[in-house]
Amino acid sequence: MSSASKSGSKVLLAPAIAFLVLLFLYPFAYGLYLSFTKADGGATFANYVRFFKDPWDFRTIWTTLWISLPITFINVGLAIPFAYYMRRGMKGEKTITFFLIVPITLGAVLISEGMLSYMGPRGWLNQFLMAIGLVHHPVRFTHNYLGVVISLGLSGFPYAFLMLLGYVSGINPDLEKASQMLGASKFQTFWKILFPLMVPGVAIAFCLNFVMAFSVFPSAVLLGQPSGPTRVIAIAAYQWAFEKFNFNAASAISMIMAAIELIVITLVLVWRGRMYKGASIVGKG
Amino acid sequence: MKDFKHISVRRMTKRFGDKTALHEFSLAFDKGEFVTFLGPSGCGKSTALNCITGLIPISGGEIFIDDECIDDSRNKVAPEKREFGMVFQNYALFPHLSVFDNVAFGLRLRKHTKKSVKEKVDTALRLVHLEGYGSKFPAQMSGGEQQRVAIARCIVLEPRLLLLDEPLSNLDAKLRVELRYELKALHERLRVTTIYVTHDQTEALALSDRIVVMRAGKIQQVGTPEEVFSDPANLFVADFMGFKNMWKAKIESLSQSPDHLDAVVKTAGGSLRAHLRYPEGDPRRSALVAAQASGKPVVTAIRPEDILLHAQAGMNLLSCTSTLVEYLGQQSQVSACFDASTPEGAADRIDFRSSDRVEEGRGLELGVAPDKLLLFPELDTIASTVEEGSP
Repeated sequence: MSSASKSGSKVLLAPAIAFLVLLFLYPFAYGLYLSFTKADGGATFANYVRFFKDPWDFRTIWTTLWISLPITFINVGLAIPFAYYMRRGMKGEKTITFFLIVPITLGAVLISEGMLSYMGPRGWLNQFLMAIGLVHHPVRFTHNYLGVVISLGLSGFPYAFLMLLGYVSGINPDLEKASQMLGASKFQTFWKILFPLMVPGVAIAFCLNFVMAFSVFPSAVLLGQPSGPTRVIAIAAYQWAFEKFNFNAASAISMIMAAIELIVITLVLVWRGRMYKGASIVGKG
Repeated sequence: MKDFKHISVRRMTKRFGDKTALHEFSLAFDKGEFVTFLGPSGCGKSTALNCITGLIPISGGEIFIDDECIDDSRNKVAPEKREFGMVFQNYALFPHLSVFDNVAFGLRLRKHTKKSVKEKVDTALRLVHLEGYGSKFPAQMSGGEQQRVAIARCIVLEPRLLLLDEPLSNLDAKLRVELRYELKALHERLRVTTIYVTHDQTEALALSDRIVVMRAGKIQQVGTPEEVFSDPANLFVADFMGFKNMWKAKIESLSQSPDHLDAVVKTAGGSLRAHLRYPEGDPRRSALVAAQASGKPVVTAIRPEDILLHAQAGMNLLSCTSTLVEYLGQQSQVSACFDASTPEGAADRIDFRSSDRVEEGRGLELGVAPDKLLLFPELDTIASTVEEGSP
């Protein structure tokens, strides 16, 4: 490639770079700056110290992890077998995919509204459960920990599933046949061949799901107990910003959120690196 | 390895919906034999292979190893329990495993000790000339090397039957010849019973003890390479074996003797004499007799190599005009037609090779010996070939 066309392609990158700088890098840098300053502009660590010293705020880390980690494991864990069984396509696949995509398009607020009436104490689900005699009193699915976790499952599972489906169905089907012909059972083939090849996809799906769950806000407010067991870290940031109008403290909390997400992502990528040492190409030919 | 004498496939049939991909395929393989399924794409050769492995369930028929039935279309021994090895067109190496781990995969499933795994893998890699490649990954190797790993991965398990599905098709011409030679040498050495699927007649001729020519899910001919090459059972096999000159003809006379048949046929280029080694009882012979009686047209088949620029005594003479000459180095490929002025004369193309220079548009007197000319009844039209089967 000539240097002229190289510099030409750099020019073409400009809009994307401008987009990134204006909408991501600048706000992020500004937030970082805010988090290390006092309201009057002086430099300080006080915003961070305050967060870790305030048990009511500090606790939100564990609260949020306790909500986001289990449901991320469940979402990805369920998506793996589903993607495996649907890897060669099946009857009604389009219908199933449609119903999986709907929650993504609806957004958290609509899911929460729906769940509030459907799963509420007088909702259809409880009426059904009582009618078949499975329970005698309405089960509390909403305004608690369970409600938030269910809503994160509804919105997070489709992402994990669709992502992994793309991964598994991209694996050369002859690899399975080869493994079988070499004497491997279905389970051995899955565990020794397909799963290791899915690991990069599993890692990415886990990271995305975790980040979405960790930054949960609307469903934690609408479906949970935002002043208690589901007071997640995003709620803490929101309260500092828009109830106490302390953007410096709120920014510090956002930075802590980002740091925790990065730690978890790093751990996942380390696991991925240990599991998958081969070339990054999935099944040549 | 469990020892055996024969693998026999009896009336094996495979249907995909209402399409029959394989129709009553029956064949017995001797231990140590190298058998090739040859045919154009869609002829059912890969389906037959996959049915024998058990990867595709069969719709009818049986497969036996000596007296042990491994598949009767209702109950079957699972593919992983058959102790067969399979090599794929796209190599199908496990990309996340090193060469060593790929070859060791089957041994480890069989719980071999670490020491025996190492010994066997090293031996297998040496056999395919890949010593020292153990720590490489498939993506770092060329196609030819990858296919050798795939072969090593099978033979290390000493399979009862080795099945190769167009293993050389993804390689470039030079590598293909090289690896073909090595496959042959490997078979001479190990004598593993082998089924090889290809659409390439050269590969089939070079490698096989026996060739099975297939078309539209049916076996057309089974024979040694020599038999299939020089004595094709029908027009289809003849076409596949390079009898490129096929002209419509009418039988004028037939004189029968016990071991051969002398015919005179009328073609667009005049009358031709044919000396056919079709003994009594040969289906081709009775078909020609029937064609003569009913006045149905037949087809003559001649190889380009058997048509000579300079006719010799006792040969059939072909008067024609050259239309196209392609220079190929040692020889030229010449196309000609009998008589460009009439549609019948222009329809039949004469292809031959000549080491002498031939000019386009020149009148020629070509010669072909009567015993180089084969006669066949026209091919029955079979419904278009079915899709090559993979589920």
